Amino acid sequence: MAVVMDKPHALLDVARHYCPGCTHGIVHRLVAEAIDALGIEGRTIGVAPVGCSVLAYDYFACDMIEAAHGRAPAVATGVKRSLPENIVFSYQGDGDLASIGLCETVSTACRGENITVIFINNAIYGMTGGQMAPTSLVGQVTQTSPYGRNPETQGYPIRISELLATLDAPQYIERVAVNNVKNVRAAKKAIEKAFRNQVEGKGFSFIEVLSSCPTNWGMTPQKALEWIDEAMIPQYPLGVFRDKEAGK
Amino acid sequence: MQEKVLMKGNEAIAEAAILAGCRHYFGYPITPQTEVAAYMSKKMPKIGGTFLQAESEIAAINMVYGVASTGKRVMTSSSSPGIALKAEGISYLAGADLPALILNVQRGGPGLGGIQPSQADYYFATRGPGHGDFHVLVLAPASVQEMADLTAKAFALAEKYRMPAMLLADGTMGQMMEPVALPDPVDLNGEAPEWATTGTKMQRKHNIANSLYLSPAELERTNIERFERYAKIEEEEPMWEEFMMEDADICIVSCGITARVSRNAIVEARKQGIKVGMIRPITLWPFPKKPLAAAAEKVKSFLCVELNMGQMKEDVELAIRCKKPVDLCFRVGGMIPSPDEVLAAIKNAAEKEA
Repeated sequence: MAVVMDKPHALLDVARHYCPGCTHGIVHRLVAEAIDALGIEGRTIGVAPVGCSVLAYDYFACDMIEAAHGRAPAVATGVKRSLPENIVFSYQGDGDLASIGLCETVSTACRGENITVIFINNAIYGMTGGQMAPTSLVGQVTQTSPYGRNPETQGYPIRISELLATLDAPQYIERVAVNNVKNVRAAKKAIEKAFRNQVEGKGFSFIEVLSSCPTNWGMTPQKALEWIDEAMIPQYPLGVFRDKEAGK
Repeated sequence: MQEKVLMKGNEAIAEAAILAGCRHYFGYPITPQTEVAAYMSKKMPKIGGTFLQAESEIAAINMVYGVASTGKRVMTSSSSPGIALKAEGISYLAGADLPALILNVQRGGPGLGGIQPSQADYYFATRGPGHGDFHVLVLAPASVQEMADLTAKAFALAEKYRMPAMLLADGTMGQMMEPVALPDPVDLNGEAPEWATTGTKMQRKHNIANSLYLSPAELERTNIERFERYAKIEEEEPMWEEFMMEDADICIVSCGITARVSRNAIVEARKQGIKVGMIRPITLWPFPKKPLAAAAEKVKSFLCVELNMGQMKEDVELAIRCKKPVDLCFRVGGMIPSPDEVLAAIKNAAEKEA
């Protein structure tokens, strides 16, 4: 009997701590499938900083490094400079990448480090229980924006992909979502391309993934996936913001 | 040992690090240690190494963490305010049991302070520079020659015990020029240690560089294991130098530039008939407690000469269990005591004991 679907080898067969309906699991799988497809597990090193995905070091089968909050791109830079033949990726959330680690994010992209960055944008701090993130939407109610994010005092959500696309160095920047089958398929393609770019030595590749957090959004998993379409995508349009290969 | 050359302390450290097999340097400009970065930026590209001017001290220490995870020799350098920014990363290095070299060419503080020499980061360095319960190896050079020698020593110790090492120099050590015989190049075998994250090559279970333990029992275990290692270091690794201690009534304790000044003052005091000597700690952590405790049985008093308000004095009092009085001669804010000032402090101590 032909095997139509199997677990990716690069993802360990262990119980994961993510909440029901959280899309981290899907993105983990897509990363692992990309690693499998390119046959790079044995030379891949992942960096997982503080956030919901900090325990990713227990989930991926490749060598892993846990990093301080926001510092994954700097750690990944060190690893890549030490082992340029290896494949290095960071897997970061929005508080990590777009707030405390914004300096490292921009500077690493600006240097065009030949690494792959997976950015989970779920518009909230998940691990600490649902505080306002730099990516939280205007009006979004969180533990630290109980009256809804007010731009007068709390500013506007930050569009990281667009921001990084103003830099000269990055090779590839795309925003995807994992809230329906069509979007997951597009995300899979984008993530694999972001890894392939690195294998081919093309430079900094960045995939922003619109992801759901039903627990902290206070929604059912189904409603959370719909909220990505209704509220997040209008603020964070999907698409390719940079692809040097395609002349963009 | 190579032929003697005239070098600045900061340059001697940079060259000694390269000779010790360090091929990765990450830093951020700050006075008075910028010559290290300047030297590395010239040299590293020519020998296939990495020089990277990081976007911040925080990024630099995390780049160090990345290279350290791969098991290679790596260093960063900074001065006091910059070291404060690195504290988080140093704690992570200690928590993940990763070796690395951090150079602190100290300047006066607190805050932005000044840019002149200081030893004000003594507590900060010796008490574990960062959050959590840990130590780093702390070595205090007192000459350009020692800047070079202790660099290689620090790398070796850091690797032996899997922990960060800090060279704690005062600004004078970084800036002054002296003849130095650089050490011979170290031939590292190039094989990564078994714990390094270098890729599984599909031949082993994945390695993880990590300082997170959500189980308190497991975290307690790692802390206790680390302190067992520290106990071994305190037993085996203290380094110090004794000067004219054979018949001394007064024991000066001083490191770095103030030890140099004290030496001159001791020679002058001896001419005047005062029996004074010096124990110069070379490792500040582990602190050379044993020779100090032994000296406490013989001398009448101790005199700490420091570029801070008496931070090392506390370690001396602990080492000798307060058996003898400990005086303090200090200058701070970038000021350095003259040999005459130290001589006056020696005379004062001698009169008190008479």
